[in-house]
Amino acid sequence: MSTTSIMIVGVGGQGTLLTSRILGRVAQDSGYDVKVSEVHGMSQRGGSVVTYVKYGESVFSPIIDKGCADIILAFEELEAYRYLEYLKPGGKMICNTQNINPMPVILGMGTYPQNISDKIKEKGIDFFGLNALRLAQEAGNAKAANVALIGVLAKNTAIPKSEWLDAINATVPSKLLDVNIRAFEAGYGI
Amino acid sequence: MKKLMLGNEAVARGAYEAGVRLVSSYPGTPSTEITEEIAKYDDVFSEWAPNEKVALEVSIGASIGGARAMSCMKHVGLNVAADPLYTVSYTGVNGGLVICVADDQGMHSSQNEQDSRNHAKAAKVIMLEPSDSEECKEYTKAAFDLSEKFDTPVLVRLCTRVSHSQSLVQIGDRADDTPKSYTKDAGKYVMMPAMAKKRHTVVEKRMAEAAQFAETSSLNTIEYNNRDIGIICAGITYQYAKEALGENASYLKLGIVNPLPSELILKFASKVKKIYVIEELDPFIETHCRLLGIDLIGKKAFTLEGEYTAQMIRETVLGEGVPKTAAPDEPTPGRPPVMCVGCPHRAVHYVLNKLKLLVNGDIGCYTLGALAPLQSIDACVCMGASIGMSHGMEKGIGREFSKKTVSILGDSTFIHSGITGLIDIVYNKGASTVIILDNSITGMTGHQENPTTGKTIKGEITKQVDLELLCRAVGVDRIVIADPFDIDNFERIVREETETEEPSVIIAQRPCALLKSVHYTGKAQVNADKCKNCKMCLKLGCPAISLKNSQIVVDETQCNGCGLCINLCKFGALEKVGE
Repeated sequence: MSTTSIMIVGVGGQGTLLTSRILGRVAQDSGYDVKVSEVHGMSQRGGSVVTYVKYGESVFSPIIDKGCADIILAFEELEAYRYLEYLKPGGKMICNTQNINPMPVILGMGTYPQNISDKIKEKGIDFFGLNALRLAQEAGNAKAANVALIGVLAKNTAIPKSEWLDAINATVPSKLLDVNIRAFEAGYGI
Repeated sequence: MKKLMLGNEAVARGAYEAGVRLVSSYPGTPSTEITEEIAKYDDVFSEWAPNEKVALEVSIGASIGGARAMSCMKHVGLNVAADPLYTVSYTGVNGGLVICVADDQGMHSSQNEQDSRNHAKAAKVIMLEPSDSEECKEYTKAAFDLSEKFDTPVLVRLCTRVSHSQSLVQIGDRADDTPKSYTKDAGKYVMMPAMAKKRHTVVEKRMAEAAQFAETSSLNTIEYNNRDIGIICAGITYQYAKEALGENASYLKLGIVNPLPSELILKFASKVKKIYVIEELDPFIETHCRLLGIDLIGKKAFTLEGEYTAQMIRETVLGEGVPKTAAPDEPTPGRPPVMCVGCPHRAVHYVLNKLKLLVNGDIGCYTLGALAPLQSIDACVCMGASIGMSHGMEKGIGREFSKKTVSILGDSTFIHSGITGLIDIVYNKGASTVIILDNSITGMTGHQENPTTGKTIKGEITKQVDLELLCRAVGVDRIVIADPFDIDNFERIVREETETEEPSVIIAQRPCALLKSVHYTGKAQVNADKCKNCKMCLKLGCPAISLKNSQIVVDETQCNGCGLCINLCKFGALEKVGE
């Protein structure tokens, strides 16, 4: 089989790293070769953060190039827009419609683009937007927004739901497990 | 059993399986997790050393004594450890000695982009370069064997994409870790001229033997596919090339990057038509190949800067264009990294910026104070440099100039190499002001303990360096400890200390907001009736505070209730709610 390439983009601190780790684990448990590329250190501090997950029969580069992502899972609208060029023709964009102003916008040195979701849809892109923050709050903890997004992603892959739940069980600290399972189910269900 | 592991975790596993008994390191992205993972193995002694030089010296001691030992660091850390490295190359080892060095092509988290292979060549030691996590484990084990076989320290070169990518690793068992016996041998271990001259001969002979070994070692592999294109590569560029070209090319993958196998390279070159050397940063392999008289394409086609991608290789080698994709219709504003909400450094930078001081900065989270809106930092070079630089400004230009100058550096950075600069100021009659940002942890690399935190890498309680006493002991008489969040008081102290005609140290104490022990409560909220819209709070550069429809607003999902903006607002317009 060919390699599936999933790009996770967001803002440092949103939980993209944990998401890529859960995804990597799911792919491994499903019997694939896997590579997960992370970002640590300076670039993580509230900056634009990108992680890559690739799985298939054998994966070489851990990086996803422009025009090569099957799915982009965006934790924030501006980041979805920024990395749009990485989506392959026919690829799918899943986007948390939350907006987080970057420092240049806060300081009035830049403008946050308006109606990003609509602009992406107008390009004919297979786009699925949702308010993951609200789903997570309803599940009991705003910090579980990343797991709600994993729920949506899970629905869009060929990997069985049980594998995802197992991976969340194995990755999330036990005291946060219930709320994360609820968040996953909320994402999976919409 | 196969496990998904970061390259760094796999290096740690490899060292564990090789029977390493001691690991001493200093944190540095992207190398940090190697030693953090090692700390999870109870049968290995691990430690954070004050700096990379000490770390390597500790490993050298263990090795000469007979134990397998390892030190891990980022590329610039190897510069700090270069002094012991270049001479332990002469003494050789007893127990295997491995040094992991993680380069940072693309400078994701570094101040330069140096290529550590040059250190391997200059120090005349073997260097291996893995391309994924499985190789990280296997090459680290091989490095210990080669270290003992050739009586040399061995470098394992990593890079961000290998260190911080996870891939599958086959787990094995730990080898016997009984130390070798130690025999006194001054001719080998005491490096003074008479002995060192003899050892230099040994070093040259060893490297010639290692080069011979590299000709047939299974660490260097050839993969013949289409012979119209021959790729010579090492480490991560193998993965990029393989993804880009697949079976359209043949590959010589060099697992041993120093010394290089000349015969093997010539053999490969004779079997393929067009040769590309694909290596990030310096033309290290290319230069060697050119000396062998090989006609190749290297840095003429590929950049000396940053990271490569499979796409770049597809374009250059196959002439394929970039796939056409949808793109944004307008510029997307950048999202540079920022200091976290509640960061104690924010207050310090705010004061320094307000006082318009010339600030010599240093390496840590606080380097982010160079960015808008705080922009307080004038210069930043390397670990601990801020203090010496301020002293140089005073002595090179004059005291009036230096009254407007301060150095800032973190607690761990001060211990790493700031203390020596401070001794220089005192000894040579300087009057600079140093601000130690004591946030109770090594922050930027992801919360490591250090000699000022009172805990070891394993979280055990230990003696704690008393920064005040330390500064006093080297001869600083003016030392002030202050909370930077008490912003008016902190400003007054900085004014006083920069004016004074003797060396002074301000210890700005407030823990990192991300520490589990830090509990801020409530949230800041704007009282619109009191807000004069003066925008002073925006000058803090807090990601939770912004201007919406000409009104100051606090984003409650981001605010952690640290209270700095509340302390700053002269009109009491920022209030704490939800406590």
